[in-house]
Amino acid sequence: MIILKADGIKKYFSSPGSGFFSRSGAPVKAVDGVDISIEAGESLGLVGESGCGKSTLARVLLRLIKPTTGKVFLDGIDFFALKGRDLRKTRRRIQMIFQDPYSSLNPRMTVGNTIAEGIKVHKIVKRKDVRTRVHSLLDKVGLPPAAESRYPHEFSGGQRQRVGIARALAVEPDIIIADEPVAALDLSVQAKIINLLRDLKEDMGLTYLFVSHDLGVIKHVSDKVAVMYLGRIVELSDKESLFSDPLHPYTRGLLASIPSLERGGKKLKAAIRGEVPSPVNLPAGCSFCPRCPEATERCKLEFPPFVTINGGRKVRCWLYS
Amino acid sequence: MLLKVNNLETIFRMARGEVRAVDRISFNIKSGKTLGLVGESGCGKSVTALSIMRLVPDPPGKIAGGSIELEGNDILKLPEKEMRKIRGNEISIVFQEPLSSLNPVFSCGEQVREAIVLHQHLGRKDSKTEAIEMLRRVRIPDPETRYKNYPHQMSGGMRQRVMIAMALSCQPKLLIADEPTTALDVSVQAQIIELLQDLREELGMSILLITHDLAVIAQMADTVVVMYAGKIVEKAPAGKLFSDPSHPYTQGLLASMPGYSIPGKSLPVIPGSVPDPVKLPPGCRFSDRCGKRIEKCFNEEPPLFNLGDSHFSRCWLHNKEEN
Repeated sequence: MIILKADGIKKYFSSPGSGFFSRSGAPVKAVDGVDISIEAGESLGLVGESGCGKSTLARVLLRLIKPTTGKVFLDGIDFFALKGRDLRKTRRRIQMIFQDPYSSLNPRMTVGNTIAEGIKVHKIVKRKDVRTRVHSLLDKVGLPPAAESRYPHEFSGGQRQRVGIARALAVEPDIIIADEPVAALDLSVQAKIINLLRDLKEDMGLTYLFVSHDLGVIKHVSDKVAVMYLGRIVELSDKESLFSDPLHPYTRGLLASIPSLERGGKKLKAAIRGEVPSPVNLPAGCSFCPRCPEATERCKLEFPPFVTINGGRKVRCWLYS
Repeated sequence: MLLKVNNLETIFRMARGEVRAVDRISFNIKSGKTLGLVGESGCGKSVTALSIMRLVPDPPGKIAGGSIELEGNDILKLPEKEMRKIRGNEISIVFQEPLSSLNPVFSCGEQVREAIVLHQHLGRKDSKTEAIEMLRRVRIPDPETRYKNYPHQMSGGMRQRVMIAMALSCQPKLLIADEPTTALDVSVQAQIIELLQDLREELGMSILLITHDLAVIAQMADTVVVMYAGKIVEKAPAGKLFSDPSHPYTQGLLASMPGYSIPGKSLPVIPGSVPDPVKLPPGCRFSDRCGKRIEKCFNEEPPLFNLGDSHFSRCWLHNKEEN
């Protein structure tokens, strides 16, 4: 069953013009036509480099920002058409875990109050049971009950991320959107948080959208992977096939760029040349074509469609059309 | 041997007590080779780099002991004036975040030129030609135009190239690269790694590569040093360290890398967290988190055992006399 569906999402930001008083310039196309759907209980990994629009997309799905065009459906209900009580009720169902546990927690609120806030707003339990509920959440994320009266600065990065997770879980959501949840953490801490997120998913039957630039993390946590480049999804596939047989030249390049532990005296060759072009002046054809080793004349002129090939895998590249 | 670090000890006097950020570490770097220094935040790897540059903020920091020999001369004994000639000329450093290391109000080319003027005493015209040549060397496309660009007009990868151009402008013998690719995307990271490897060959320099990313180390380093809570816990040729890690901490780190373990299974983790640097455990510093500890680990600090083939590990498990 599809729990979250995004249809033709576009998000354009107006960019400043050349001078201070001049009119605004061409829009920045942060997200430019994305359709995704996530099955209940599934974990979808969204991978891409900085500036590809993955965080903007996550924010649209949470209804933190309004898309320029497109719709988001939660269990078939149009999220952006909701108002008042219905909206509050639905907002509860989808929660976010942020990248930076330092700036996403209020430094002047105790951890207990941070977690309790959502419980009270959404009236998850009776007022007298809030504290018990906070304790059980702390326990779930591996923090002692005494943590409730302490402030964020008293915790390490990994512990703060646990607080962020407890806060997201406090309102009993169905979907968790995690935006680079382990990017700011050390390797040994990173592994613990990844395990925690996995265990919670199984215990509570959660659905994840896992946003990351780290292919290793994505490989570990997701069932399906969507690769994003310059505001568009260029490849969507189940995890196994994506890592064993990447289709899009961009995905292949990304996988070849990961430094490997088995070097064997071989030098790492940069697989993708150049840098991500500015999202203001996108090329007319395929947006990856200026960097693509397999680009043809057609790629420069015509925009490739998102085609489905062998067994439901989807790719946006002329090589497969 | 280009650089010999011997029993280097750097301490910080804090309100809560004395922190021995770098605790008697020793390693050597051969000319033309890359040494990788790996460890988690707070293990002392960046302080090691600052100590070699003699840029440890004093107070609260202080190099308390040991020696750092650059081609046989102990640079810790040099007066500050002499040390200034070494910085940039003999040893250069590239930092993690190029945006905060570059001056926002000067063009990137001017900043490279400044480094050249300071160290090579060239005239205005010659130094500019040289600066453009350096930008070309670090593979910046269209260096004449890029010379006039300010840091904010460049991408992260380009800024890191400018930093490398500045660091290499005087052809140092040793380049210290402190997390040079951490702030960059994977595809750009691969480009910078490739660039550093090529430049090392072209210029015949040595690199001290500091990072928390084991895969970057595996890709670039000839020798690897693993640090934990200020101490070296393992030292080995790169191939050996990754195929046959000996210290339980190194083993734990390698096992916990997502993407290299079995997907879908839970990741093996190292329990607990790094000890408080003011209250270090009396025996082995890793003892309270180690799965293989024995009684002795809590009481006595293990020495760095020589396992042969230039492989060293600080763990009582290697104590042959008792086993």
